[in-house]
Amino acid sequence: MNFKHKYLFLLPGLLVLLGILIFPIGFTVRLSLSSWDSFFPGLDFIGLENYTRLFTDDPRFWESFQRLSFLSVTTVFLQYTIGFALAHIVWKEILFQRFFRVLFLIPMMTTPVIMTVIWKTVFHESLGPVNDFFSLFGVTPLWLSSEALSKVTVIIVEVWQWTPFMFLLLLAGLLSLPKEPFLAASIDGAGPIRKFVYVTFPLMAPISIGAIIIRLIEASKIMDTVYVLTSGGPGTSSETSSFYIFIKGLREFQFGYSAALSLTYLIIMIISLTIIAKMLVKLMIRS
Amino acid sequence: MKKMIKISTLTVTASLLAVAAQADKWSDQFPHIKNTGDIAGECSYESMSKKDYSGQKLTINTHAVPVIGEPTALHAEQFSKLTGAEVNVIHTPAGDLYSKAMVPFQAGQAPYDIVFGFSNFIRDWKQYLQPVPAKYVNMRQMQDVTQSHIDVNSWNGEMIQFPIDGDRHYLKYRKDVIDNPEYQAKYKAETGNELRIPRTWKEYGEMATFFNGWDWDNDGELEYGSAEVMKKDDLMFAAFFSRSVAYAKNPRVPGGYFFDLESMEPLINGPGFVEALTDWVEATKYVPPGGINFGLGDEINSFGGGQTLFSFSWDDAFVAAMQDDSPIKNKVGAAPLPGSDRVWNRTSGSWENEYNQAPYIVWGWTAAVAKASKKQDVAFDYLCFFANDANHQADIAIGRFGVNPFKKSDFDADIYVERQGWDPEIAQQYADTLMEMEEGSTNRVFPLRVPGVFQFNSAIATGTSKALAGQLSPQEALDEVAAEWKKIVKRIGADTVREAYAVGVALEDNL
Repeated sequence: MNFKHKYLFLLPGLLVLLGILIFPIGFTVRLSLSSWDSFFPGLDFIGLENYTRLFTDDPRFWESFQRLSFLSVTTVFLQYTIGFALAHIVWKEILFQRFFRVLFLIPMMTTPVIMTVIWKTVFHESLGPVNDFFSLFGVTPLWLSSEALSKVTVIIVEVWQWTPFMFLLLLAGLLSLPKEPFLAASIDGAGPIRKFVYVTFPLMAPISIGAIIIRLIEASKIMDTVYVLTSGGPGTSSETSSFYIFIKGLREFQFGYSAALSLTYLIIMIISLTIIAKMLVKLMIRS
Repeated sequence: MKKMIKISTLTVTASLLAVAAQADKWSDQFPHIKNTGDIAGECSYESMSKKDYSGQKLTINTHAVPVIGEPTALHAEQFSKLTGAEVNVIHTPAGDLYSKAMVPFQAGQAPYDIVFGFSNFIRDWKQYLQPVPAKYVNMRQMQDVTQSHIDVNSWNGEMIQFPIDGDRHYLKYRKDVIDNPEYQAKYKAETGNELRIPRTWKEYGEMATFFNGWDWDNDGELEYGSAEVMKKDDLMFAAFFSRSVAYAKNPRVPGGYFFDLESMEPLINGPGFVEALTDWVEATKYVPPGGINFGLGDEINSFGGGQTLFSFSWDDAFVAAMQDDSPIKNKVGAAPLPGSDRVWNRTSGSWENEYNQAPYIVWGWTAAVAKASKKQDVAFDYLCFFANDANHQADIAIGRFGVNPFKKSDFDADIYVERQGWDPEIAQQYADTLMEMEEGSTNRVFPLRVPGVFQFNSAIATGTSKALAGQLSPQEALDEVAAEWKKIVKRIGADTVREAYAVGVALEDNL
């Protein structure tokens, strides 16, 4: 039987795939081989010049990448820990369980940029309420203008905003766990800690890995929080890769070079996230 | 010059009286101009009401509300009522104004008939913009615009952008503190120096340090020395240039302030600039907590809210401080930017120990009509209406609008006394300061207007912010900037950058 007509049915999907995935990536590759900027608009061909510049003459990108790695690993670790704890709390039958389930989701439902503006006001060193409180003890921490604390502030805002996402996934995972292993553990006399370590946590490992990877992918794109809170400052101390690419592309209008940065960043992320996923599987499931 | 201003003012006043009957008619419908009524002119309310643009649609890309975005929308609504044109206003954050217009420009599209932006976009945008037609350039309304702002909006003598705003950096200070005899005596006793409007950046720093961290206005809150734009990528490079002009713009050394025009070697890491950055790093000690992260809005709120002794940047902080709802109305003063006791001579490679001061004519907001627009007549009429005398007078009285003086008639102190309730002495000082910067100095510095201007400005913001954060010393930071500038010049081409830079140098060298 001739099934050639099946290609006709696949065609719409293929066209969409081509339009929204293949073409932009292909165009970005081509763009990265050009010198397109505000003065020379157009797809000329300069070979690997942008990549050479990136690998030999742009330490700022690599510094921003290191910073990004630190920020994303730290924020996702905190989000996972806090999210798991919160999910665990409302998994049990507690008073106002539904209220808390909704309450814990609210940060995720707010608009990130608007919430970051509010956080910026809250952490404003001379006018914000946080320092009003700290000034009672004679200190005024520089939340946004100290090299170290500006990163802490970014982490606080990110954790506040995205812990609910982790909470939601982990709660869904907890609710789908089978009851039998817990009953068996109870019969064997296991207490709550043992149950968590030997039953809950291993059973939750596949979902945990999925949640961590999803959040790592999202966290590695961190941009709006940095843009609003610190603009990457003071100096370059809170500048991340995506913010740096934004500066090169849409502030300095170096389209060709920012395309090379984006592709390099994409490849690094694919490789590193694959490695991280394998490590997590080894660590959380096999052990 | 003062005579010319008086004549301009008289002309405006005479026009105002001549159309008094019509003024009532238009200000009844448009309360925005209630203080002046309509003022006769080529683009007055009366003139625009005679045009019929029904069925025509104008699309404008402007800044977010309120700064410039609010007057754009307001005047669009008024223009629409008067002419019947449909005006669609799109608001865009400042950082994206350039790219939002540039992307369709480069793609050959014309989604916007009018684009608002900063006047230093001119070199990159000019090939996509329609020059202002002669009938607008030669009209009476335009004759009132100062030469500096004609220059800022022109390229090689051709007006490309329509003047709608005027900007320059100047010093704002707390008059009630600097003129206070008690504080003058205290300052003299403790420092041995006079408390006065600072003549140099060193004096500025000394006074700001002295008045930092204590409640000198007895409001129960701590006050600080200075509020400045120090946040990276938030116009901070303009603040740095304001601080560096006194040390690095030598009136006896022509041929470039940012670059040596001949060799196109960056001058940004020269001793003058390094001295200015060293002062600026010192300033981090007398700004309010978190002042190193202050953007323009923070600076306006900080000084305008009475938190600091000094500030310097655009007019907005001063106007905000002088609005009726300000706690420090009529307690502030304006003065030219401080100077320095020495200035670097790059030709001789040595410091010249004499007083130097240089006004920095920072770019202002501007607007232009896209070359690809099919409704250029309507678009130019809108811009002309935006900046007509009645709208302009009303706009400059509202701090949040971001429209500042750029017409000769704006430098008449009486306007501010009668219409805005300013103290006459402060109004006179303000008008004199602005006029002196516009027309009184031959040692002005104009903004960098070369291809890839954003790359140069971004590099200076990154370098100076590293110095402010203590990541690099001032010399190291500016060496890094100079190295980056060299790379940018190489990428774009030294001749191309030189050709554009020469236009600005000619203005600075008064050629």
